[in-house]
Amino acid sequence: MTTLVIAEHDAEGLKPASLHALAAAARLDGETDLLVMGQGCRAAAEAGTALGVRQVLLADEAGYAHQLAEPCAALVTSLAGDYSHLLAPATTFGKNLMPRVAALLDVGMVADIIAIEAEDTFVRPIYAGNAIATVRSLDPIKVLTIRATAFEAVTAGPDPAPVVELAHPAEPGGSRFVTDALAESARPELTAARVVISGGRGLGSKENFALLERLADKLGAAVGASRAAVDAGFAANDMQVGQTGKIVAPELYIAVGLSGAIQHLAGMKDSRVIVAINKDGEAPIFQVADYGLVADLFDVLPELERQLAP
Amino acid sequence: MKVLVTIKRVIDYHVKIRVKADQSGVDLANVKMAANPFCEIAVEEAVRMKEKGWVSEVVAVSVGPAAAQEQLRAALALGADRAVLVQADDFPEPLTVARLLASLCEREQPGLVLLGKQSIDTDNNQVGQMLAALNGWPQATFASHIERENDELLVTREVDGGLQTLALALPAVVTTDLRLNEPRYASLPNIMKAKQKPLETLTADALGVTPRVHSQLLKVTPPPVRQAGIKVADVAELVDKLKHEAKVI
Repeated sequence: MTTLVIAEHDAEGLKPASLHALAAAARLDGETDLLVMGQGCRAAAEAGTALGVRQVLLADEAGYAHQLAEPCAALVTSLAGDYSHLLAPATTFGKNLMPRVAALLDVGMVADIIAIEAEDTFVRPIYAGNAIATVRSLDPIKVLTIRATAFEAVTAGPDPAPVVELAHPAEPGGSRFVTDALAESARPELTAARVVISGGRGLGSKENFALLERLADKLGAAVGASRAAVDAGFAANDMQVGQTGKIVAPELYIAVGLSGAIQHLAGMKDSRVIVAINKDGEAPIFQVADYGLVADLFDVLPELERQLAP
Repeated sequence: MKVLVTIKRVIDYHVKIRVKADQSGVDLANVKMAANPFCEIAVEEAVRMKEKGWVSEVVAVSVGPAAAQEQLRAALALGADRAVLVQADDFPEPLTVARLLASLCEREQPGLVLLGKQSIDTDNNQVGQMLAALNGWPQATFASHIERENDELLVTREVDGGLQTLALALPAVVTTDLRLNEPRYASLPNIMKAKQKPLETLTADALGVTPRVHSQLLKVTPPPVRQAGIKVADVAELVDKLKHEAKVI
């Protein structure tokens, strides 16, 4: 058995989600290779050499720039014959790529797994996390995406692995990159943050989100949002936590002015400690909160900020 | 250009689901069913494209039980021109659904297939990508904005770091994200008119597809329940608990 992990990276280095996918790979028997596809991404490949892998495969050419699904899926498919398992993080990158790979290989796929029970048996949430399914894959190659928050990240080890350059020209696939509009943030990445502070519709306006941001800066936290807050224009859509947004499991999750709809809970209920601040004592968020404070957030937030001041 | 738009019948968004005691699955008996919310967004987008004159015909497709006709009729009431039900009694796996849709694409020759990004029951997020692969077409997943420029489709995608815009050569597959549009409601006259629109029923056999089994569902269990927490009286107590009891700050 050999596993291929498809890295998500930003050319300079590996994205944290890739480290969690490598950790899932380490739960399987056999060795792991890491594949880095992109343009000018040697640094990302180098970063992978100390993570306990057998080798890092590097496909570095213009055709793989922006990691479009069509050329990347063709490359992964061409490599797949050597592997029993193909893994990618269950991020928008992995979710976009892996089903295409599976279909090209004529195999099914198991998405967003949270545990590995055997080489062919995986656990995944369904119905927005309201049920947990255990699934056995019957295909010769297992194509999986990994929920990052369910596996601890791998850490760097001593033995550097070789970087092997692949000579596989990218096949054009009918799609073309036009632009990126990436949200700028100096705060930690939402899915990797130790503390997350999320706001809901209760914040009332985009300006009031600044209250959360000030508190987040005090705690070194990332800022998240409920779908209602995103739809109301209070927060950018890449801040959305939930079934259809990002899945987080930080040490501390502070939910401010959000009711706790099941779609939101699906994205955060595996957090270690959950704090809810809401003036409605009946809000469903209190059913999952370790510490609940029934109060007006506009009184609480400044007070919290003051009390956390060093 | 013709657009194919897919609809899945799922448990209604608002229903609190129950896991069966024998762990065989989720209890679907006597539960309110509805169209998957992402599929509603796909239908709305297809109808808007028709209203803009980009497309000539909108064909709504569902792979599922006979009862999915209800969701197809709803799509017809919203502006789809005709509907196709590919009848399947069990819930076929994503690759089988994709193979059925690929076969239908061969017959219908659409310029675009619009699907929801995921269904809220199985949360797979696979069918659109698999269909694109089988057809050898480009894909744009998680679309939050679609424009047409000459012969290409400009699709803005919601990705983890923000937004990304791709240009797709047609034919192509696009899957919809929540912010693509706000679906309309059907008017009563349109609901009445939808009853007259054609709805064809097909089988996997007729499409030349033999469903295969790629995975086995071993069990379905409820998620672990969190320990009930406590309510604190004020901010001071909250900070104290976080510092000394939970030790997270």
